[in-house]
Amino acid sequence: MDTRAVVILREVCKIIIPAVLLFALYVQFHGEYGPGGGFQAGVIFAAGVILYALVFGRETAQRILPLTTVRIFIAAGVLLYAGVGVGTIFLGGNFLDYNVLLHDPKHAQHLGIFLIELGVGITVAAVMITIFYLLDEFCE
Amino acid sequence: MLDHLPALQVIVPLISAPVCMLVTRAVWAWRIATAVSIAAFAMAVLLAREVSSKGVLSYHLGGWVPPLGIEYRIDHLSAYILIIVAATASITMIAAHKSIGQEVADRKSGLFYSAYLLCLTGLLGIVATGDAFNIFVFLEISSLSSYALIAMGRDRRALTASYQYLIMGTIGATFILIGVGLLYMLTGTLNIMDLQQRIPAVIGSRTLHAAFAFLTAGVSLKIALFPLHLWLPNAYAYAPSMMTVFLSATATKVSLYVLFRFFFGLFSPEVSFEYFYLGKILLPLSIVAILTASFIAIFQDNIKRMLAYSSVAQIGYMTLGIGLGTQAGSIASLVYLLNHALIKGGLFLAIACVVFRIQSVQLEDFNGLGRRMPWTMSAILLLGLGLIGVPLTAGFISKWYILSAAIEQDRWLSAIVILGGSLLAILYVWKIVEHAYFRPSPNPARDIPATREAPLTMLVPLWLLVAGNFYLGLDTSFSAGFADTAMRAFFP
Repeated sequence: MDTRAVVILREVCKIIIPAVLLFALYVQFHGEYGPGGGFQAGVIFAAGVILYALVFGRETAQRILPLTTVRIFIAAGVLLYAGVGVGTIFLGGNFLDYNVLLHDPKHAQHLGIFLIELGVGITVAAVMITIFYLLDEFCE
Repeated sequence: MLDHLPALQVIVPLISAPVCMLVTRAVWAWRIATAVSIAAFAMAVLLAREVSSKGVLSYHLGGWVPPLGIEYRIDHLSAYILIIVAATASITMIAAHKSIGQEVADRKSGLFYSAYLLCLTGLLGIVATGDAFNIFVFLEISSLSSYALIAMGRDRRALTASYQYLIMGTIGATFILIGVGLLYMLTGTLNIMDLQQRIPAVIGSRTLHAAFAFLTAGVSLKIALFPLHLWLPNAYAYAPSMMTVFLSATATKVSLYVLFRFFFGLFSPEVSFEYFYLGKILLPLSIVAILTASFIAIFQDNIKRMLAYSSVAQIGYMTLGIGLGTQAGSIASLVYLLNHALIKGGLFLAIACVVFRIQSVQLEDFNGLGRRMPWTMSAILLLGLGLIGVPLTAGFISKWYILSAAIEQDRWLSAIVILGGSLLAILYVWKIVEHAYFRPSPNPARDIPATREAPLTMLVPLWLLVAGNFYLGLDTSFSAGFADTAMRAFFP
């Protein structure tokens, strides 16, 4: 590839990727007020990482996010989700009954959905990145 | 904690799946999966006792009251199926370690057991939930993980088998989703009990007809009803041996449960059989399934494929029972479901023992195995008798129930087909017996020292199933008794 084109690509990516990741976090943590939520945020975040891996190479990306770490995140998201559910059982409610998390049901519902969506986001992002890594490895 | 059992039944396998994934040593992944399967079985037994003493259990997820919230609902029918699924899971996992260690690479075994636990979660979830959309979600969880499990078979053809299953399974699941979506459009609810009350008011609407058609086609694909069975033989034949045991005894059985739940619970039997003529679809297809699939099974050289075709035929018996549209027929079908899960699970487990020792499922390689693996082969013989339906075995009870349900309605053609199917079963079971006992070992000098009996960890679960085959042939208080109570809820 023409070196100048690579330079442009790299420089543009350096500007875009932080914005993509930040936007993912916005979609994640603003999901209960506006459009968005864990799934969308996870996909956007993964898209940022995949873009980085495409331009700078998978090995460079894996120096920041190795496959083993990403696999831990896949499990961690599910465990966070289910853990909140089990936590509510131990606090005396039904599975995923957020009301028992805090004293005020309003805040408790807010906290509950926040944690659940975070779990979804983490797992979705990690699964997307893993699929990309494995496909890329397979194609080599 | 007892109040939370309906949810815990599904959640415990769900939580252990990611934990299994993180475990690096194969033996620990297996230990977790085994412990969880046994725990699931204990919970299923507890649930059955709770249902027997207290009646239907309803669990409100997140504290939201149904029909708005998602409800887990355990009645006699669900408790019965939960026990079958969890018991199969426990037996499979106890026997699995050595066989899986041989067939699946060590670095993949964490992921393998994690996929297995997700599959178990999905199957248990389908049965536990009382929400039509939730059934679809859990169906997808169990299907997606079973595609992965099948693809892990050693033979490269496992990949195409899994792909074929993926395409057909996805079509089936999509049809079910469309059906559920149409029902939601029509009634504005997804809760099965609520739907049951609202459907009589909208009868005659074309949307309802379309929904019924989509659900019938989708569920039929999932239970591998002839002629929608094409995914099943290859999927069973090329999956890792232990997963064939697990899937053959649970996946199609849970799909049959979905058929019960949709056409008896969601629509009532009157609507399904007198308005939509479900029997007119199920009966002819079942009869063709029994005859053709048994016939094809006779000509298979690969024993796993032979037993897979036999499964297609046996599914025909179960849908035939349902297709009769009577209480007796449905009870017969439920009894058949349990007995067949036991017999076919046992047969595939015996095949897994053979594969563990001789690495082959070809009929010629079974020559002389009767002398070299006597315990495994006699188990195949005894379970084969059950498959045929010889008195004293569980198979006899199930065939007897189906036969008397058919004769009760003067359906003589069905009755003849049921008996004819047993005759065909004698032929293919005999083929295995003949090769194992009456043909000389191809190269005795070389083979005898190499082939020993299967390890005890596999033989004990296998003989547990053989014992179960005879126990259920003598004492039907659990199988028929529980099925009878389960069906009384649907036939007032």
